[in-house]
Amino acid sequence: MKKQSNNFFLRLWRHPKGRTGIIIAMLLVFCAVFAAYLAPYDPYDVTQRAEKGLSPSWSHPLGTTITTGQDIFSMLIYGTRVSLIVGLVTGICTAFLGALMGLLAGYVGGFVDSLIMRIVDIMLVIPTLPLTIVLTNIFGKSYFMIIFIFTVFGWTGLARVIRSQVLVLKNSNYVKAAELAGASRWHIMFRHILPGVTHLLIMSTALTSAGIMVAEAGLSFLGLGDPTAISWGKMLADAQSGGALLFGHWWWIIAPGIGIFLSVFSFMRIGLALEEMFNPRMKQGAGVRKLFKSLNNTYIQGIFDEMNEDAAGKPADGKEAAKA
Amino acid sequence: MITVSCAAIIPWEVNTMADNTLIRTEDLCVWFPVRRALPFGKRRYVKAVDNVSITIEKGETFGLVGESGCGKSTLANALLGMQKPTAGKVYFKGKDLNALSIKDFKEARRDMQMIFQDPFSSLDPRWDVYRLISEPMYIRGGYTKEQMEQEVLRLLKLVGLNEDDLHRYPSEFSGGQRQRIGIARAISLHPDFLVCDEPVSALDVSVHAQILNLLMELQQEMNMTYLFISHNLAVVKDICKNLCVMYLGQVMETGDTQEIFNNPLHPYTRSLLSAVLSVNLDEKQERMILKGEIPSPIDAPKGCRFCTRCPYASEKCHQETPQLQQCGEKHFIACHFPGIGMEK
Repeated sequence: MKKQSNNFFLRLWRHPKGRTGIIIAMLLVFCAVFAAYLAPYDPYDVTQRAEKGLSPSWSHPLGTTITTGQDIFSMLIYGTRVSLIVGLVTGICTAFLGALMGLLAGYVGGFVDSLIMRIVDIMLVIPTLPLTIVLTNIFGKSYFMIIFIFTVFGWTGLARVIRSQVLVLKNSNYVKAAELAGASRWHIMFRHILPGVTHLLIMSTALTSAGIMVAEAGLSFLGLGDPTAISWGKMLADAQSGGALLFGHWWWIIAPGIGIFLSVFSFMRIGLALEEMFNPRMKQGAGVRKLFKSLNNTYIQGIFDEMNEDAAGKPADGKEAAKA
Repeated sequence: MITVSCAAIIPWEVNTMADNTLIRTEDLCVWFPVRRALPFGKRRYVKAVDNVSITIEKGETFGLVGESGCGKSTLANALLGMQKPTAGKVYFKGKDLNALSIKDFKEARRDMQMIFQDPFSSLDPRWDVYRLISEPMYIRGGYTKEQMEQEVLRLLKLVGLNEDDLHRYPSEFSGGQRQRIGIARAISLHPDFLVCDEPVSALDVSVHAQILNLLMELQQEMNMTYLFISHNLAVVKDICKNLCVMYLGQVMETGDTQEIFNNPLHPYTRSLLSAVLSVNLDEKQERMILKGEIPSPIDAPKGCRFCTRCPYASEKCHQETPQLQQCGEKHFIACHFPGIGMEK
């Protein structure tokens, strides 16, 4: 097992997309874990009345807020915590719930399958964001609540994907062979079928986490996040209400934006790299650069060739024309 | 004109006396319901296996031949208890397989294993050879780690693989080697009954003989009984003692292989045999080519199942379903006119 997981991370590390993703994600995790040591000031300190609205300087790398005089750089570092925790925990919870439901639906089948799939059908048509807004208003605005709501409404898509994959694996010959060898349902489910869908789970965790990070920022920006915590979304909301644009304090807006971008970008990168690794039909590195490269090789080369031919042919024509 | 003595004796009644029976079926039916087109329409079934009674003796190789989709694999699955029969019974070592308690059933199943047709899909691609081969032992329990390792190494040698292959993955092997892994896995619990579901048809022709020889050697060494499903009649002729020809879920002809090959009384068997390629160029073979496709098993023809494609079908064939009848010491046939159309 150990050998396999090593291989897995090595493969991800060797993948160009995966490597950028891992590096950025590791940096963010480092920031989140050691936020207390990295941050030069206490971001919760709202008593710095004298230091309100400072521009970036050596003592305050990103200035301070206009309203309360908090150090923006420190807030940025502390914001990593919320973003990562909400994103990752939701991603993992979703993967766990989705895997469980997908496995049950796919492998047990029958009544359980219909029941779970009907629930999924209903959940899929419920618009999540408005519901989240309503529910956070009812149940309070803690991050735990946001994680809970996104998990409850986020597992459905994954459960479907897992179920279909389980249905494929369930009818495979090696499961049949294991059954013949006398394997119990649990043995088949956890030794054969679950390993067959792990890649989907890891991939989904990465991609869901990225999505949830954006959603969390959005909710916080709308004022639906935890009012006591510091998150990037809330920083944006503060900047908006504190008049950052009015005073031209662009760093106050750009900084959390970059934070959100980096976290989402890194997780997306990891997720996409995993997708390419596990789905060989997806061409590796089918990016814009590659497209231009292939254009260069075929199409543009063809044009150049034609031009060369024309250039070689024209003088001859010209001479003939001159003779005539 | 040949004269055939036909007595209406059903095969299992002949063989119950002999204590040599390993597995036998009694009027085994496996029907799969088809979704109805209308809510209150007539419920229809795919009759994959319909009234099949066969007897497999200890230590023999029993051949099962027939076209694709005639129910060979379904029959094998029913014999292994992987498929619950709609009607009829399967007796394994004298016990009704489907009446056993779950515990006894699992115990009985220890003695039956299967070699799959496709060695590419029957091995979990994420498991290495050691885990694959030891899985049955691991599941059954009762082995220490050292015993298991020794046993796996012994099995590897037995099927002609190397010790170095122990921790490699199935994707690193060729088709023939994978089939060897599958065989090692199947025999790891010392089964009495081994179903070989077209074990060589997915392999290169060059490795056919190797795998078949390996199977034959193992059979002698471990005293196993084989149910050998195949398209390849030449192979069946060589290795099977008894033979059963199936068509659309029913047994057409069954009995001693040599006798059937020498004296095929059923028109369907004859057409199958006439399709076997011969190396001898001088011997001009008369081909008997059947017209049309195999009918859908949902709307199987009334009367004899073969009547729509039989060149000798008469009115009786369209009306009455022929029963298996004895036409020789060990030769049973389901045809109203055994030996019809045979020249000599």
